[in-house]
Amino acid sequence: MLDLINVSYDSQIPNNVGLSSDKKVLKALEKWHPGYINWWNDLIPQNFQESMVYLRTAVSVDPKGWAKFDYVKMPEYRWGVLLAPAVEDRRIAMGEHLGEPAWQEVPGEYRNMLKRLIVIQGDTEPGSVEQQRFLGLTAPSLYDMRNLFQVNVEEGRHLWAMVYLLQKYFGRDGREEADDLLVRSSGSEEAPRMLGAFNEETPDWLSFFMFTYFTDRDGKMQLESLAQSGFDPLSRTCRFMLTEEAHHMFVGETGVGRTIQATLEAMTKAGITDPTDINKIRDLGVIDLPTIQKKLNLHYTLSLDLFGQEVSTNAANAFNAGIKGRYMEQRIDDDHKLQNDTYPVTSIKDGKILTEDVPALTAINMRLRDDYVRDAAGGIGRWNKMIAKAGIEYELKLPHEGFHRQIGVFSTVAVDPDGNIVSAEEWAKRREDWLPTKADGDFIQSLMVPCYEPGEYASWIAPPKVGIDNKPGDFEYVKLHMA
Amino acid sequence: MSKRIDFQVDPAGMKHWTVEHDGPVAYLYMDVDEDAGLFEGYQLKLNSYDLGVDIELADVVQRMRFEHPEVKVVVLTSAKDKVFCAGANIRMLGSASHAHKVNFCKFTNETRNTLEAALEDSGQNYICAVRGACAGGGYELALACNHIMLTDDSTSSVALPEVPLLAVLPGTGGLTRVTDKRKVRRDLADVFCSVEEGVKGKRAQEWRLVDEVIPNSQFDAGVRARAEAFAATSRKPDVTQGIELKPLQRQFLADAVIYSTIDVALDRPGRRAVITIKGPETDAPADVAALTAEGSETWMLRCARELDDAILHLRTNEDALGLIEFQTAGDPARVVAHEALLLAHADHWLANEVLCLWKRVLKRVDMTSRSLVAMVEHGSCYAGVLAELLWSVDRSYMMLEPFEEDDRPLASVQLTDANFGQYRMGNGLSRLETRFLGAPDDIAGLRAQIGTPLDAAKAETLGLVTYAYDDIDWEDEIRLFREERASFSPDAMTGMEANLRFAGPETMETRIFGRLTAWQNWIFQRPNAVGPEGALQRYGTGVRGVFDMQRV
Ligand SMILES: [Fe+2]
Ligand SMILES: [Fe+2]
Repeated sequence: MLDLINVSYDSQIPNNVGLSSDKKVLKALEKWHPGYINWWNDLIPQNFQESMVYLRTAVSVDPKGWAKFDYVKMPEYRWGVLLAPAVEDRRIAMGEHLGEPAWQEVPGEYRNMLKRLIVIQGDTEPGSVEQQRFLGLTAPSLYDMRNLFQVNVEEGRHLWAMVYLLQKYFGRDGREEADDLLVRSSGSEEAPRMLGAFNEETPDWLSFFMFTYFTDRDGKMQLESLAQSGFDPLSRTCRFMLTEEAHHMFVGETGVGRTIQATLEAMTKAGITDPTDINKIRDLGVIDLPTIQKKLNLHYTLSLDLFGQEVSTNAANAFNAGIKGRYMEQRIDDDHKLQNDTYPVTSIKDGKILTEDVPALTAINMRLRDDYVRDAAGGIGRWNKMIAKAGIEYELKLPHEGFHRQIGVFSTVAVDPDGNIVSAEEWAKRREDWLPTKADGDFIQSLMVPCYEPGEYASWIAPPKVGIDNKPGDFEYVKLHMA
Repeated sequence: MSKRIDFQVDPAGMKHWTVEHDGPVAYLYMDVDEDAGLFEGYQLKLNSYDLGVDIELADVVQRMRFEHPEVKVVVLTSAKDKVFCAGANIRMLGSASHAHKVNFCKFTNETRNTLEAALEDSGQNYICAVRGACAGGGYELALACNHIMLTDDSTSSVALPEVPLLAVLPGTGGLTRVTDKRKVRRDLADVFCSVEEGVKGKRAQEWRLVDEVIPNSQFDAGVRARAEAFAATSRKPDVTQGIELKPLQRQFLADAVIYSTIDVALDRPGRRAVITIKGPETDAPADVAALTAEGSETWMLRCARELDDAILHLRTNEDALGLIEFQTAGDPARVVAHEALLLAHADHWLANEVLCLWKRVLKRVDMTSRSLVAMVEHGSCYAGVLAELLWSVDRSYMMLEPFEEDDRPLASVQLTDANFGQYRMGNGLSRLETRFLGAPDDIAGLRAQIGTPLDAAKAETLGLVTYAYDDIDWEDEIRLFREERASFSPDAMTGMEANLRFAGPETMETRIFGRLTAWQNWIFQRPNAVGPEGALQRYGTGVRGVFDMQRV
């Protein structure tokens, strides 16, 4: 009898999809597995591979108790294939198939569209692990190192999740795409990852936190919209991935928060109230708020680019086909077909930023981006509260959505963080005020010294209020293998 | 579409292409200015193209041959970051009239053919370097090149997504070149043409869709090395200096277009245009040095360029004129002399280029979907190259014996060596071979007539003209012909003429124009593509096309 809630460990691959009785797919996945393990082993420095990391492993897809914590060597982590429980009689939530039973098999006419979406999503998962591969060497604490590795193994599992769908539902093409996911690699000249933000460097821990806050949040929005998919296995996969993704954003928000906290505490202690007194603040071994703002500007705008063109035929097709919905599709009060609706989209006319109503169906990306901007604003507010509480007059801000964009309507104009169109020369002149400079990077890099003793934290980051799994902050989250 | 579409390009004002010269290798970069479309209402995103982009391409290809004969290899590539070329602009196609679509398609096809002709005629080899998305018309552009290099970045692919995406065909030679030129196995071609995302990497090479797949980090160097290797083994003779193609002298009047060697009279009420070609007014250049010194002013070249432009103008901007009448006026001996210099020095690069340009222009005449007729009046000069027009047109009428109050020299037709294979049609045969398909032995008899001016009686007997009429019948017969022609359905005329003009063997070229584009033009009329719920109309809305599932 198939147990669809508890994870079965009877094959090499933990799963709740009855893999042991699905010999064909099991065989395909087991064939793919060595390539994956090689990829992982080549990626993360060896001493970390040998270390015991206090990780959570999914043991169930029951939202109330899905994970257990224990020490694991990362290469022995049980990357599993886990789908959220099936919803009985689930119906397609949008588009021209609205109300029809969700598909349990891939509809032939949408095979390529589905495959492309899954490949693009799948390509981001290992991409971020590649970007973060060397961060263990400069971890500001064992707690943070453990969080990094947790995020990494879960991104690895997300890759597994996408690969499972490719192998199970997309035949030989799918298997080839699964192989290619291990061929492309972040920042590679030979075969880069598909999306720009996943080819950028993650050179330091502040970048990592910003990345998990902003870029993983794009991932969350994409997963939310794929969770609406009429293709039920994709929907169930994404729903379960979202439970893990929440932790990634938690790492991001608290990571930036703790960085700010350390800065505020150091400033208070030294009696500095001017947040722009950068050199003095930096001398305290913490990162000044204006530099944090610059980092924020960079990662936020790179993440906005991930939403693609504001007006997009592909997005329209996917929505109409019932393949990809909107954020919280079911809670939206409209006909879920959008054939006669409009949605306001920004555009540039005669050097001015305007909004124009366009057919809502073609504005799916824009809408998702708007939802993202709202979602991303939450953490900023909480950070600003900390700053205000410390009595420092400074406010972090999300820059205007037109600032520093490579994709979409804003890619052809230079926009400052306040949303004014400026000349390209003016923009270039002020770039250093808005985005991290080489010197900023060098300074942050100088703070990136590893702290490998339990309970020890680097100067630039405050300890967490509570640890993971209700363990204290000085818990030995990683038993380092120091060979 | 009221604005006149101009086929002449000022090379200094190019919007969409740039050329970089490196000795015998030229790099031709496609860099489409998305805001510089020919019409309003669409943006040329992702290196997509419209007729304006293609007009510039045709000009580049032409100038490469005349102005840069030192170039042996042209590398066609993209200046854009992640895209090679997304093909014809779909919004432009969706909003264009049927007539514009058909004209666009024909012109782009003719231009693709000139890429191949450059190698065949002059040894100028177009090769293609594909990095980024290469879809639809983008891949068709690559197909028109003779060697395709694809980067192996595990993302870049070649694709013909027209069928699954738009419910139309890859109609710019795509289907035909995949099977006839690339010789892709037909079942693999079937798969390839049904998947939107195309084929990438090694498989593209295995399926013969590309010639080589180059690791991404070595791509630029690999392309450069390949281009230089092709240049080193090129059979194209070394030429150091080309000639400049000077702007055409043209004047657009209300009911006429006046060129230096051609008058086009527009008879709108009669729905016809009369193209009068004026023979050379000076003697032929004495030798190739003199020919080169005359450059683009020499009559043979000037006339070919002007005729080409006139035909394109009529096709595109005067679509209500269903009948084109050719007239010539001048001294046939001079036409023969001008042509003879080129024939005698056909191994000289410029002489060869001019002869080959005439071949292309005459093909353009063959391909023109208007009723074509040639009038061989007294004082005309249907000799050699101009005589070809007699067998390009659907019918010809010749003045027989002197006409009253007409003191022009008696009408004659004069054959030259060139009529026996210099200006081959798309079917690979000369116009005479095509004309006398049922009597190949007559061709030998015609050869004996080279150099002799043939009067109307003789020309009619030899089958070189349709009818010879004397003073008494001429005017009436011509009037009857015109009136009859004007009464027929233009569609039936187009179909009938296109079928009768191209007797003989199929070639890739005839298959493109006769099979591929004919099917495409049928699909362009069908609701499944262009109806309000058709896939082409709905493209970009997110709503799928609705198909009538009956097979026709
Ligand atoms: Fe993920
Ligand atoms: Fe994540």
